[in-house]
Amino acid sequence: MPKANVTFEDIGITVTVPAGTRLIEVSEKVGAGITYSCREGECGTCIMKIVSGMENLAQRSVLEDKVLQENMAGRNNRLACQAQVLGGEIVVRPG
Amino acid sequence: MEPGVAVPLAPGVHWVGALDPNLREFDVILKTANGTTYNAYCVRGSAGVAVIDTVKAEYADTFFARLEQVARYDEITAIVLNHLEPDHTGALPELMRRAPQARLYISVRAQMMLKALLKSEELTYTPVNTGDSISLGDRTLRFLNTPYLHWPDTQCTYLEEAGVLFSGDVFGCHFCDARLFNDRVGDFRFSFEYYYAHIMRPFREYVRDALDLIEPLELNLIAPAHGPILRDAPRAYVQRYRQLAAPQLHNEADRDKTLIVFYISSYGNTARMAQAVHDGAEEIDGVRASLYDLQGGEVAPFVDLIEEADGLAFGTPTINGDAVKPIWDLLSSLAVVKVSDKLGAAFGSYGWSGEGVNMVEDRLRGLKLRVPVKGVRVKLIPTEDELEACRELGRELALHLTGRIARRVIDMSELLKESTHAQG
Repeated sequence: MPKANVTFEDIGITVTVPAGTRLIEVSEKVGAGITYSCREGECGTCIMKIVSGMENLAQRSVLEDKVLQENMAGRNNRLACQAQVLGGEIVVRPG
Repeated sequence: MEPGVAVPLAPGVHWVGALDPNLREFDVILKTANGTTYNAYCVRGSAGVAVIDTVKAEYADTFFARLEQVARYDEITAIVLNHLEPDHTGALPELMRRAPQARLYISVRAQMMLKALLKSEELTYTPVNTGDSISLGDRTLRFLNTPYLHWPDTQCTYLEEAGVLFSGDVFGCHFCDARLFNDRVGDFRFSFEYYYAHIMRPFREYVRDALDLIEPLELNLIAPAHGPILRDAPRAYVQRYRQLAAPQLHNEADRDKTLIVFYISSYGNTARMAQAVHDGAEEIDGVRASLYDLQGGEVAPFVDLIEEADGLAFGTPTINGDAVKPIWDLLSSLAVVKVSDKLGAAFGSYGWSGEGVNMVEDRLRGLKLRVPVKGVRVKLIPTEDELEACRELGRELALHLTGRIARRVIDMSELLKESTHAQG
């Protein structure tokens, strides 16, 4: 199965994960600082910054796009509960 | 003040707000021993009239009665909202109905809130930012974007020609006195400090940013959204905010990162673990660790300590499947300070199941602290190896604080194993 490396910059830990994993599945277990509330892509609590590797995440859904816009998120932001890794290297931090 | 009369503050500027002397608690978190005021203002220029903020919905009639004394609705060209919280926007829908031609000016970050507040996507408004201004003919209202004082949307509006700052909740307080002006009302100094401590303190970085915008202004008068209008020595209140937004005590170890280890212990086991966490952290250069027994202190000074700390570690026993009350009392008292940039950890001894440590870790994450090191849980009396694990926790926290932690690479399967183990 293809793998991806997700680095949580705030805690200095890189996790090797299977492609298709959502960030939420990893960040909570590893103790990264990204926080969650609804966990279903509605509230925007888990907005995170993609430091690098945006191209290694699946495209935003219409729903995620709407929530990011409503929260005035920037181009480098994604929702950790929605973003799915495809492969390669991804570096994220809360925010 | 005569009942229902608009009060002049400066040529062409009137207070058209409302008094609420019977309020005893505001927004759940604030006591209001003599009530509060909802301050709204009307500014007249040669080519337009602006209304700045409104009042709580129950006081709309009073607000409109005062406004009608100084302006006709068809003259109003601008409605400025410095803050969208309902105590300032309660009369907004009716004002918009009575003055449909008036343009609404809100901060850039207020847009989504306005739609949620008025339950409409079909609104016409102008978002404004620092540097933007509107003309009322011979008078200019200039906007200062001052986010998080105390909501994301908050802004101040400055009437240039008169040197009047309509500051929203900044420099405000919950104090009700019909004499309105700070040189006429009763002693409101306590209310001013109390309001800052509960409303602005968590946002002190934003307070400092806002003061950078406000301090260069010529200030003849500050007109806040609650409490006395500051016409006597307005700059003194700006200076007081500058003092309040800085650490209160000199830090003699300013170059070090600070780690505070709080604990509470029934039989001394969690206390020994706390000592070990502290000692481990102290081994690392550039970290100043402090150890506090929660049983020997009160919440308020501990909150002051936490505000200035870089890292926090909490030692708790588990009793009947929960962390203990003094820990929760402290962790539920942090709304008045900013903690989201801090590092957190938990540890503790337990007799049966030991859920307390994970619960505290979850709470710390909920408060947006980083929790980079898994907590140490020890069944009953810690062995020397377990105390060494506590010292290692302290060392790792200290290395994280000083940015010297070695980066690690782990596989997802290890994480899954760890979490299964933790639940078992």
